[in-house]
Order: sequence, then C-alpha cells, then structure tokens
Amino acid sequence: MDAVLDYAFLAILFPIIGLLLNAFLGDRWRERGVAWVACLASGAALVVSLLVFAALLGRPPEARLVERTLYPWISAGALQVPFALRLDPLSVTMMLVVTGVGTIIHIYAVGYMHGDPRFQRFFVYMNLFLASMLVLVMGNNYLVLFIGWELVGLCSYLLIGFWFEDLSKAAAARKAFVVNRIGDFGFLLGLFLLFVTFGTLEFGPIFEMAEQSATVVLAGLTLPMRDVVTIITLLLFVGAVGKSAQIPLYVWLPDAMAGPTPVSALIHAATMVTAGVYMVTRSAVLYEMAPLSSGLVAWVGALTALLAATIAVGQFDIKRVLAYSTISQLGFMMAAVGLGGYTAGMFHLVTHAFFKALLFLAAGSVIHGLQHGMHASAASQGAEAFPASASPLPPPDPHDPQDMRNMGGLRERQPLTFWTYTIGALALAGLPPLAGFFSKDEILADALERNPAIWLVLTVAAFFTAFYMGRQLWLIFFGRPRTEAAAHAEESGPVMTIPLILLALGSVVAGLINFPGPHPFADFIRHHAAPFNPTVALTSTVLALIALGLAYRIYRDRLRATTDPDPLLQTARGLFVGAYNAWYVDRSYHRVFVQGFYALAAFLARPVEAGVIDGTVNGVARLVRRTAGQLRRLQTGYVRQYALAVMVGVVAIVAWFLLSA
Amino acid sequence: MMVPIPYYIILSAILFTLGAVGFLVRRNAILIFMSVELMLNAANLAFIAFARYFNRLEGQVLVFFVLTVAAAEVAIGLALIVVIFRTKHSIDVDQVSTLSG
Repeated sequence: MDAVLDYAFLAILFPIIGLLLNAFLGDRWRERGVAWVACLASGAALVVSLLVFAALLGRPPEARLVERTLYPWISAGALQVPFALRLDPLSVTMMLVVTGVGTIIHIYAVGYMHGDPRFQRFFVYMNLFLASMLVLVMGNNYLVLFIGWELVGLCSYLLIGFWFEDLSKAAAARKAFVVNRIGDFGFLLGLFLLFVTFGTLEFGPIFEMAEQSATVVLAGLTLPMRDVVTIITLLLFVGAVGKSAQIPLYVWLPDAMAGPTPVSALIHAATMVTAGVYMVTRSAVLYEMAPLSSGLVAWVGALTALLAATIAVGQFDIKRVLAYSTISQLGFMMAAVGLGGYTAGMFHLVTHAFFKALLFLAAGSVIHGLQHGMHASAASQGAEAFPASASPLPPPDPHDPQDMRNMGGLRERQPLTFWTYTIGALALAGLPPLAGFFSKDEILADALERNPAIWLVLTVAAFFTAFYMGRQLWLIFFGRPRTEAAAHAEESGPVMTIPLILLALGSVVAGLINFPGPHPFADFIRHHAAPFNPTVALTSTVLALIALGLAYRIYRDRLRATTDPDPLLQTARGLFVGAYNAWYVDRSYHRVFVQGFYALAAFLARPVEAGVIDGTVNGVARLVRRTAGQLRRLQTGYVRQYALAVMVGVVAIVAWFLLSA
Repeated sequence: MMVPIPYYIILSAILFTLGAVGFLVRRNAILIFMSVELMLNAANLAFIAFARYFNRLEGQVLVFFVLTVAAAEVAIGLALIVVIFRTKHSIDVDQVSTLSG
C-alpha cells in the first residue's frame, strides 16, 4: 500500500494531462468528449487522493508524514527549494475535499455550461484550477505553497471574468486580482522573512527550528525568536486575509459571483478561499508561538463572520447572499484556527465545502430554471412592465434570473432543487443532525472555552446565518410565483441534479467524521478537539430555530409582487438599507483608495510626469541641440583650415612634450 | 668621410616646413599633393639618416612602407581630383566646401 505514496504526484498530473488534452485537442471533439476528459481527469485525481488516504491510514498515527521530492527545483547558493510533496493528514484532508467536491462540480458543470461557446476553455481552466489547488495543499514548503496560491488566484481571475464580454464581469475579475495582490504582497514579505530567519522554506525544518531556538540573529542583531515569528505570522496572515476574504480585504468575493455558478461553488466557496485557513493551520506551530498574531486572527475572523452575516440579510441577489455567507463562514473558520481550535476550523472547512458547494449548485439550478422560464414566458407575453415602487432601493431588473424578488413558489416547479437547497440551508444554519451543526458547535465550544467574547460574536453571527438562510428559502421557494418566469421555471436535468443529491448526502453525513466523543477527525489530524458542550449546542440550536421562525413570520407571504418592499424595510428601515449597501464599505473603499489612486495618478501624470520628467528630458535635448548649433560653425568645409588646425595641434603637443620633459 | 647627422636633420626639417607651408597656402589640389609628397620625403630622409647613424635596419624598412603608402595615396588622390574636376570644373580645394556643418 505504501507504494501508492510514491505516486501521489499523479493527483496533480492527471488534471494537467486533462487540461493539455482539452486545450490542444478539445476543439476536435464535441462537448461530450471535452466533458469526459475533464471529469475523468478530476475523478482520477480523486482516486489517487483516496488511495493516498488509505495508505496513510494503514500506517501508525505517528508515521503518517511522508515527504517525496520530485526534483530539486531551485538551487541557488543558500536557497535550496525542492519541488517536494508533503503527505500528512492535513494535506490529505484538503486533497480529498478539493478532488471530491471538485469532481462533483465538474460533473454538474457539464450540464450548467451546456451550449456555452467557450465550453472547452471552461474545462481547461477548471482542470488547471484543480491541479493548482493540489500543488497548494501538497507542497512541502512555503514556496511551492505560494506557487499554488498564485496559480489558483490566476484561475480565479480567469473564471470570474469567463464571460468577459460583460464589462462588469471583467471588472469583477480585475478587482479580485488586484485585491488579492495586496494580500500576496504581505505573504511574500512573510516568505522573505522566513527564509532570512530560518535559511529554508520547508515546513518541517522551520517548525523544528522555531520551537528549539530561543533567539535568532538577523542583520547582526540578536532578536528573540518569538518576536520574529510574530512578525512572520502577521505577514502571512495578510496573505490569508486576501485569499480567504476577511476584513478588510473581503470586498472582492461578492463581486466574484460574476463567474459561472460552478466556479462560485468550487473556487469561491469550497476550496480556494479556504486556502488561508489551510495555511494558518499548516503554520500552527508558528501561530501558537505568537499569541498576538493568533489573537488577531481570531478577532478578524469573528468580526468578519458577524459583519458578513449582517450584510447577507440585506441582499436580494441569490448568489450574493451565498457569497456573504461564505465570507461569514470563512470568518468562523479563521476565528477557530486563531483560537487554536485547528480541528474545529478544518472540520468546518470540510463540512462547509459540502453544504456551501451544494447551496451554490442548487442556486445555479434555480437560476437555470428561471432562465428557462424567462424564455418560455417571453414567448407568450413579452417584457413585463413594472410600476414605480416607493422603496428607497432600486427595483429589481425583471430580466435578472438571480434576483430573489423575481422568484417565489419554486418549490413546486423544482422539487429536487428545493429539497437539496433546504438541506444545505439547514446544514448552514447549524441544525442537528446535519454536518454544519457538529462543526459549528465545535467552533463555538472552543470559543467559549478560550475566549467568551469571541463566542458571543460568533453566536450572534450564527443567529444571523440562520435568519438569512430562512429568508432566502422563503423568498425563493415558498409563496406564489412573483413573475411569469418563476411560474414557468423548469427542473434541471439529471447531470445537474445528481451532483446536488450527492452533495446533499455529504451535507447530512459529513458531520460524522468528527462525531463528538470519539472525535475520529481530531485523532486523524492530531490536533486537540473541544469536548462536546451541551449548553453551547442547545443555545445555538435554539437560536437557529428562533431565527428560522422569525424569518418565517416576517417573510411568509409578504412579498406578493416583485416590487413589494422587503418586510424588513418597515421594521428596521435604516439597518436594512445599510445592509443592502453592505454598510457602504465598498463605496468608501472606492472613494478613498480607488479615487485617491486616480488623484495620485493624475498628479503624477500632470505636474510630475509632464513637468519634471518631461522637462528634464526635453531640457537635455535642447541643451545638446544648442551646443551643437554653436559647435557646427567650426566645420567650415575648407580642408586647409582643418589642416591648419591639425598642424597647430601637432605643434602644441610636441611643444608640451619638449617643455615638460 | 661621413656627412654629420645634424645636416640631414636640418635638411629634413626644411623640406618638411616647405611641404607644410605649401599644403596650407596653396589652393591647387595638384600642388597640395606635391606638398604632401615633400613632407613624406622629408620624413623618409630623417628615417634613413637615423637608420644609418644608429646602424639599424628598421628605419630603412619603414621607408619602404612610406613609399608604398605614398604611391597608394597618390593613386586614390589623383582619382579623387579627376572626379572633383569633372563635377566642379576646377581643382581649387576651397570650391569643395559643401560638407560644412
């Protein structure tokens, strides 16, 4: 069985083969061929991951760490970086999540992207993403991790802007890219400092050295190791804040929903955005040495969880609600790992991958159904006219298949989607016995044990989570159809519904992997797990039920027409408008940073560039031209004058030699 | 009886000065050429004189080089003069000043 571990690199290789085949030969095949290649590549990676998992399980717990060097990648003086894989419980967990959820989403995307003119390109990008994400989680050093980190960022950019004809989607892709660069800047600085401090970038030696030596010599100064590690972990966390969409860099994730829905599910919910959580967990040794950094991680996570949950309440776009929900759940994970609950954080990462991917895919099914309904109803009656509404918010675009105000009553039109969506929503809300209940309660139990203030913030965030999911369920599936399109919506085909069912099953049973009591997952990744706390579990379950009931009371049959104002507008007008506008954070960023940047650029273009720089360059040119104008008079063209000059010169030189000798 | 070396040097200097002055004051291209030849031969004379005086061969060898170069120079120079004469109908070097800056 151990021989499998030597071939773990195949998990990365299969998606690469898939993408190469599709990129170079895909245009000869029909959609079917491209889909088979991409899904098989992803499935093969899943099989490899499962085999590696089995091989690791077959070893005694303390021997579950295998490193395999593929080749010495960078060898320059002191900088020795091998391209090596690290197979341990943590990386195998991530591999299983990435390939497992990834394969299901690949299959779903075959149905979702059907008929798209760039079908082939989509699957090339998807396979590229899979390979990159596996590089990220399997690398045995920070540089390989960083390469994967950047590659998934690239895939994210390419896939958010997949429908780049729409300028707003291209802009969303650019925004994601730029915001992530800010985080990566910090991450890179962290890498530099790591290398200067430890002389290597490999995880194992770094963690060993950090624990053993008390001081470190940097630039001739002897510094306490704790302080240096604190700075390193803070810098690395800046990268995690960008990638995992935490305060203050979360603004790119809601816009990233411009990408096709399978992308939102795979990259922007289940896998890539959790890379930050993975990185902090991977660096657990360092973060435990730096209480300042881990405290910051915990607080940033907790506040992000709360802020994003409140914003999600005020959104109408079905995918934006889920996007803010993802930010909020990432906040939960960050808070958990910041508090040292690495088991709880990773556990929530796994369960969240299931139910959030499920929610996104089900949302995609709803959008698909509504688009069908729009085609059907457009044929019968043409565009609908809407009366002006008295709401302070802009009315819904009647042709927007993502606006929840255009939905309603889809329960009967799309029963399978409805049931799977409900399972996902309840798992997210944290109702027992679904997966979200176990993982979220483990985070809360950890928080109560270590930092009650964070526990309080997270509990409030969990309450909002249940509330916005309830609101969403009522708006989408219950009541009567508010538009012709919703009335004519159709259930999606089996290519799309079977993945939904698989993920729904996962959302139900994934909680078992760390069932309180035996805590098998905690044993596997060898981190501490908080004991089951009945008080916490009861509190959060009751709160979730109250929130769902509140959503039921507020939203039951209150939105009859698309232009009806949201019921919350009447009870909490200011708060709702604030949440709808995401607390104006994006707008202030635009005002301060984007426009500030434009102002700076204008200043640099006009006075600095045109005045100072151009002035200098033109001045030099003018000087040369004027001097040359004077000098050219010397050249008369009379040969005899030149000869005289030569003569005088020779005489002068000879005279100088004679006189000086 | 040997003629003393200063005589040769003085003669060489006189010849060279004649050539240099002729080069500077004459405008006729043919005469300028002749002045150049005069300067070259002044140098040749100095070479030979010193070679004999120091009893060495290098100076004499160099004279051959100078003669060869002078011959080549005359060939090219006369060709140039012919071309200039054809275009300008004159061999006055001051007429050929169109390359001024």
